[in-house]
Amino acid sequence: MWRVGTVVALHDETPTARTITLQVADWPRHVAGQHADVRLTASDGYSAVRSYSIASAPNAEGRVELTVERLPDGEVSPYLTQELAVGDRVELRGPIGGWFVWRSQQTEPIQLIAGGSGIVPLMAMIRSRASASSSALFRLLYSVREPGGVFYRDELQAISDGVDSVTITYAYTRAAPRDWPRPPGRIDASFIAETTWSSKLIPTCYVCGPTSFVESTAALLVACGNRPDKIRTERFGPTGGRR
Amino acid sequence: MSSPNYDYLDGNAAAGELSKVFAVDITTAAGRCAECGTTKCLAEAHLYMHGPGLVARCPACEHVLLRLVNVREHMFLDVRGMTYLRLDTSRSEEGS
Repeated sequence: MWRVGTVVALHDETPTARTITLQVADWPRHVAGQHADVRLTASDGYSAVRSYSIASAPNAEGRVELTVERLPDGEVSPYLTQELAVGDRVELRGPIGGWFVWRSQQTEPIQLIAGGSGIVPLMAMIRSRASASSSALFRLLYSVREPGGVFYRDELQAISDGVDSVTITYAYTRAAPRDWPRPPGRIDASFIAETTWSSKLIPTCYVCGPTSFVESTAALLVACGNRPDKIRTERFGPTGGRR
Repeated sequence: MSSPNYDYLDGNAAAGELSKVFAVDITTAAGRCAECGTTKCLAEAHLYMHGPGLVARCPACEHVLLRLVNVREHMFLDVRGMTYLRLDTSRSEEGS
């Protein structure tokens, strides 16, 4: 079932990624980690559907935030990140997916690992934890090419600084800030062992990012003693984005 | 079959398309592979979306579990790659 969403706000996260806030009538309350399908239809009837993770916490107001990364050869993402304006309407289907979700009734330690734009559904989980006043232990490991590529920078900083906070570790793969203790590079086994919950705590792990990132990270988590059935993954495909 | 190109997604990406057919989210259902017997959530399958439809393969042996193809006004659904689907009906009100 397709519903009409009206764009009520736009916010640029990085030079290539934009958060779109939509007001959707009769939108069912979503669960953190779910996604929505967006359908655009041209005047000649041609339509294209793409799937985007929901960034906002579950809410009763029908407000849905999607953060969309622009892909150079994309068919839909350039329109959503460059052309779409406040007041425009798009069609949405969802919320979708009951597997890669965190529910506020969960009390076990949570390890979130994001590669690039894979932060989006994990941000919904962090926001859901706060809005539900959950005291579940959360850690986030956020792998990103360079400091300028970080989504939700100020909000993550505030969360990290707060009491009852989420422990956030950044891993830069191409360029790190000056004086950063670790040279830029991919996440390896020792870094996973140092920065994520001990497998003895039996954390539930959520890994989201490009397929190659998710493959290697999930394998490292298993190598560090985590149970495969406690690792949930969401892959974005070879290009690191959803078209 | 290995997948060195990482050209697949997770089965959960199929949830939107499958919601056109099923009243509940079947990506959270456990499916048993008819080839190797691995029983995993359909959301954990390897999903290939760049053909004319969706193909979900077993994450253990890459056997085809499910195919969904739209041809004009018809949708073809082939689930013979699974011996069964086990659905959790306790959450059927969510995420449809």
